[in-house]
Amino acid sequence: MSAVKAAQTTEAPMIELKKLNKWYGEFHVLKNIDFECRKGQKIVVCGPSGSGKSTMIRCINRLEEHQTGDLIVDGIELTNDIKNIEAIRREVGMVFQHFNLFPHLTVLENLTLAPIWVRKVPKKEAEETAMHFLKRVRIPEQANKYPGQLSGGQQQRVAIARSLCMKPKIMLFDEPTSALDPEMVKEVLDTMIELAREGMTMICVTHEMGFAKAVADKVVFMDKGEIVEANEPEPFFSNPQNERTKLFLSQILNH
Amino acid sequence: MANGHAAVMGGNAGRPTESKAVQWIRANLFSSWWNTALSLVLLYLLGKFLFWFVGWGVTNAIWYGAATECRAVKGIGACWAVFPEKWRFILFATYPYEDQWRPALSCLIFFFLYAYSALRRNWNTRLPAVWIGGLLAIAVLMWGGILGLAFVPQERWGGLVLTLILSTFGIALAFPLAILLALGRRSHMPAIKSLCVVYIELIRGVPLISLLFMASVMFPLFLPEGITIDKLLRAQIAIIGFAGAYLAEVVRGGLQALPKGQYEAADALGLSYWQATRMIILPQALRLVIPPMVNTFIGLFKDTSLVLIIGLLDILNAAKTAVSDPAWRGFGPDVYFGVSLIYFVFCFAMSKYSQRIEGELNKSKHR
Ligand SMILES: Nc1ncnc2c1ncn2[C@@H]1O[C@H](COP(=O)(O)OP(=O)(O)OP(=O)(O)O)[C@@H](O)[C@H]1O
Ligand SMILES: [Mg+2]
Repeated sequence: MSAVKAAQTTEAPMIELKKLNKWYGEFHVLKNIDFECRKGQKIVVCGPSGSGKSTMIRCINRLEEHQTGDLIVDGIELTNDIKNIEAIRREVGMVFQHFNLFPHLTVLENLTLAPIWVRKVPKKEAEETAMHFLKRVRIPEQANKYPGQLSGGQQQRVAIARSLCMKPKIMLFDEPTSALDPEMVKEVLDTMIELAREGMTMICVTHEMGFAKAVADKVVFMDKGEIVEANEPEPFFSNPQNERTKLFLSQILNH
Repeated sequence: MANGHAAVMGGNAGRPTESKAVQWIRANLFSSWWNTALSLVLLYLLGKFLFWFVGWGVTNAIWYGAATECRAVKGIGACWAVFPEKWRFILFATYPYEDQWRPALSCLIFFFLYAYSALRRNWNTRLPAVWIGGLLAIAVLMWGGILGLAFVPQERWGGLVLTLILSTFGIALAFPLAILLALGRRSHMPAIKSLCVVYIELIRGVPLISLLFMASVMFPLFLPEGITIDKLLRAQIAIIGFAGAYLAEVVRGGLQALPKGQYEAADALGLSYWQATRMIILPQALRLVIPPMVNTFIGLFKDTSLVLIIGLLDILNAAKTAVSDPAWRGFGPDVYFGVSLIYFVFCFAMSKYSQRIEGELNKSKHR
């Protein structure tokens, strides 16, 4: 285990944020963020509401624009160059809190659209890949339904499959289970755990601490736009260093 | 309401053989004294109107004959006799009499194109080809000058075919213009955005009549020496530009109603702006605004009659001209009634069709 990790650290990081700053008007959302994620790493980001977690991971695929600092993804520096942005978006998958499936397309069409138009995969091949990933998330029988006909948990699994169909190198998750009814949380988490075990590089904003303990290599705690503390899960949970981390953990673990 | 139910149930218990219709009438029209009184008054007024209308439009009407016969019943009966006398002029206006089969056939081609495009199974790559073929045939028929057809200058076109030309091209071209304007108005590029805002606000802020006027009087002043655009084309451009500005705001409403997450998901998958717009955004946004869009189309269809002010004879103005014949002077209302029916048929068809298509497209949403 440690040998594997040591080997990984010699590689260049997949994602690197250096002194990243972002403002919404006067409001300083991200303050001097330094963050990196190596190939195969699973990083869980947590923190109170409004602390800038979503904003940070949305900067990584340029759904939000940062103002100062450097952001390098898969060796490509993110600038205003539309070519770079599109190149990065092809390699970075994202799963949203509210699924954001395309309601006017069937599940299968949702899954094949981007591979066909962005990756230029032939339709037949794209459909085979789509069915493969639908089986992986255990809902191949829903392929021809519309998203509106599925349960929340099923929709989120379709959304995960949709990202996977693009064969991304990195997956970003923004609170993928927080819009779900409790009984559906597990099916989505199981899918994510499986994905993690297969070696996907993942950055995951979540308050599911069980998930963090099970798969995370690193847990990052954010508050008021800063990374307050980052550590491996075991010391992070058993021995938090910062007062704000302690307070946050006591709040979410005791409810 | 409660009364109504009680009445139904009482009725059922007392007369188990009563039909559904009778039950409905009892429950909805005669459920209480107040309801009964209201129903009776309305029925009386409705009956009185129908009685008068049948008397005017059927029993006392003159269906066939000379204008003098109509004069005899003026005010008591309708003068439908004007139609057998003037229908050729109303439908084809000043198009050469012996060649009027050409606009007639053109209208039929238009009807075919509408019917063909209305069927969803024809929405494929053949559709544009069918339209191009159809419109070419119409152009050949209307202008002539080849295939042994005598040349007919555009100044002599008129009647129904003119209305159909103006509204078909009006709708077909205002629609893409509107989409571009709506997208432009939401663009992040300041130059494009302000251009679209200025265009929409400017065009929307003036009456169509003044646009038509400007198109017919001022447009030629801007054109280089020697180039002339005919009157019909100028009117057509004014109509497209006007309807486009209106429709753009309708489309923009749809774009705005779409959740932000749809744009983000498309972006996150790496779709380009135009791919996302074409496959994710527009299909959903347009679906949301079918009712107001059809509203605008219907408005455009009827507004084509305003070309009267620059001297084009669409069907309504042809009808008006028909009754300016001294023999038939004074029968305007009768003629307008008949022509209104034609307008109504088209508008009602559009409305019904849009309802059906809305239902079909929303099937995917059943929750
Ligand atoms: N478009 C925006 N304009 C202005 N302020 C914004 C915008 N988006 C987010 N913010 C603000 O930025 C801060 C960080 O938001 P962000 O969504 O990143 O928080 P978060 O940590 O993901 O919170 P949550 O757990 O509630 O999702 C919040 O205070 C929010 O109000
Ligand atoms: Mg968030």
